[in-house]
Amino acid sequence: MLGSGILKGLAVTAKNFVGSYHNPARMVTQEYPDVQPQLPANYRNFPFLVTENATDPMGTMRCVACQICEKECPPQCIYIEKSKDKKPDANGKLQLYPAVFDIDTAVCMSCQLCVEVCPFDAIKMDHVFAIAATNRFSGLLLNREELAKPNTYFHEIRPDEAAEVDGRLAAERAAAEEKAKAAAAAKATAATATKPATGGAAAP
Amino acid sequence: MRAVHDEFHGDLLEVSMGPQHPSTHGVFRMVVTLDGEQIVKLKPVFGYLHRNHEKIAESTSYLSSMPYTDRLDYLCSMSNNWAYALAVEKLGGLTVPDRAQYLRVIMAELTRLVNHSCLVGFLFNDLGTSFTPLLYAFREREKILDLFESLSGSRMMCNYQRFGGCRVDPPPAWLAAASALVDNFPRFLDEYETMLTGNEIMLARTQGIGPMGAAQAINAGITGPCLRATGVDYDLRKVDAYGFYPRFNFRVPLGAHGDTYDRYMMRILEMRESVKILQQAFRELPAGPIMDPKAKLRGFRPKVGEAYGRLEGPKGELGFYLISDGSTNPWRYRVRPPSLINLTLLEELCLGRTIADAVVILGSIDIVLGEVDR
Repeated sequence: MLGSGILKGLAVTAKNFVGSYHNPARMVTQEYPDVQPQLPANYRNFPFLVTENATDPMGTMRCVACQICEKECPPQCIYIEKSKDKKPDANGKLQLYPAVFDIDTAVCMSCQLCVEVCPFDAIKMDHVFAIAATNRFSGLLLNREELAKPNTYFHEIRPDEAAEVDGRLAAERAAAEEKAKAAAAAKATAATATKPATGGAAAP
Repeated sequence: MRAVHDEFHGDLLEVSMGPQHPSTHGVFRMVVTLDGEQIVKLKPVFGYLHRNHEKIAESTSYLSSMPYTDRLDYLCSMSNNWAYALAVEKLGGLTVPDRAQYLRVIMAELTRLVNHSCLVGFLFNDLGTSFTPLLYAFREREKILDLFESLSGSRMMCNYQRFGGCRVDPPPAWLAAASALVDNFPRFLDEYETMLTGNEIMLARTQGIGPMGAAQAINAGITGPCLRATGVDYDLRKVDAYGFYPRFNFRVPLGAHGDTYDRYMMRILEMRESVKILQQAFRELPAGPIMDPKAKLRGFRPKVGEAYGRLEGPKGELGFYLISDGSTNPWRYRVRPPSLINLTLLEELCLGRTIADAVVILGSIDIVLGEVDR
């Protein structure tokens, strides 16, 4: 019968129409500003810089200004200037730090390559998606103070990845301490063997 | 075709459709010359979305081009990633572990579901059934995009494949959710077909509209569902046997008339076959590593040479042609975009039809302007 296909289709529409008022599984609309979306841990938006300590973010930044992310960034939205002086990192080793670290979020395409190439776990992807600025040039250009977020925040948004990173860094730190201790001991024995009078006081 | 203007001494009318017309699927313009209501000439104008993809890729490292491939056909970023990874893996001699091969098949077939459900939704929008079919299709697509988001971090710009494997190993919960979604997908297809496939208005508007001959399609280099709708059995998953596709049991649906209705049915049938592939992949997914241990993320320098990686994308043959001079950047980088090549027959299909039919024919060819313009 001509028109039976249309009627069958309308029956499907009617079923969905009724279901969308009564079946909770079909009520998919979220009242956004009142109800915040549940983001998956892997969600990525813009990068942030991990700091060890929330009270001294600039002093405990993990970034050592190696500029690998700056080179690999596909849209070239990262700008880094190395510091002139060095400061000790979490392992006690003297490292450079970024005197300037800017990310232009108007250019960033959230690809996560900077995170993947970073050998120091210093840059990670953030969950904050509601960023708006009144100035489209300087407002979206984030400097290192705005990018710095503590490790505790990283634990909040990606618990699994943060725990894995912390475990790896702790292992590295332990290995470095072990190595330093062994080196000091070796030096000490070498020093006592050659010059017993001065002793092995020199630490690396 | 009766020449109306000869009898009535009327003029031909030139209409510029687009580039901001909603039915042109993006920033695409058709300069249509009309004789009364009939199209006598159609000139596609594109390039509004050109962003120099190939030249940018030649000036950055191999890895840095990967996120840009997401943005070619932005509905199918997973397939685009895979096609590019295939080319680079050929160039660098990398082998992909079994688990990663299965994951790639899973992602590519999920992408096919996303693309085809979008396409049939938009096709009905073009037919004038604003907005119910599109919304139903988007409802299903949204579930797959949520899966992509929880795995790769982004709904559409997944950036998931890497040279020699995949980036993230899906946890068991993800696989269970994806498997449940795939098992439920045929129910959506049944509902969709009950609603629309037998609809008399839809049949009248699509059957016999814009028929494409097999010889015509082959001469124009058409690939993908548009080619198979004409009855040519050519599917790179069977012909090229890339990845682990030879391990999967699936049929290649073929059309007979090559008209808009066949092109629509081809998408529905392919989705049903994709569901079969996915179910098999979830059953057989092995444990193991997901990256080739030889693969390096940074400083990738393949030997001097060239490689062409291609796969059966949802829209047709998607290929990446790379020439390496031994440095960290490709010396030449070329994309074979199925959208652009399938578009070349548009004028021949539309001649003698009305504007309303041209819109439907364009919708059934399935183009994404991000890939046409690059």
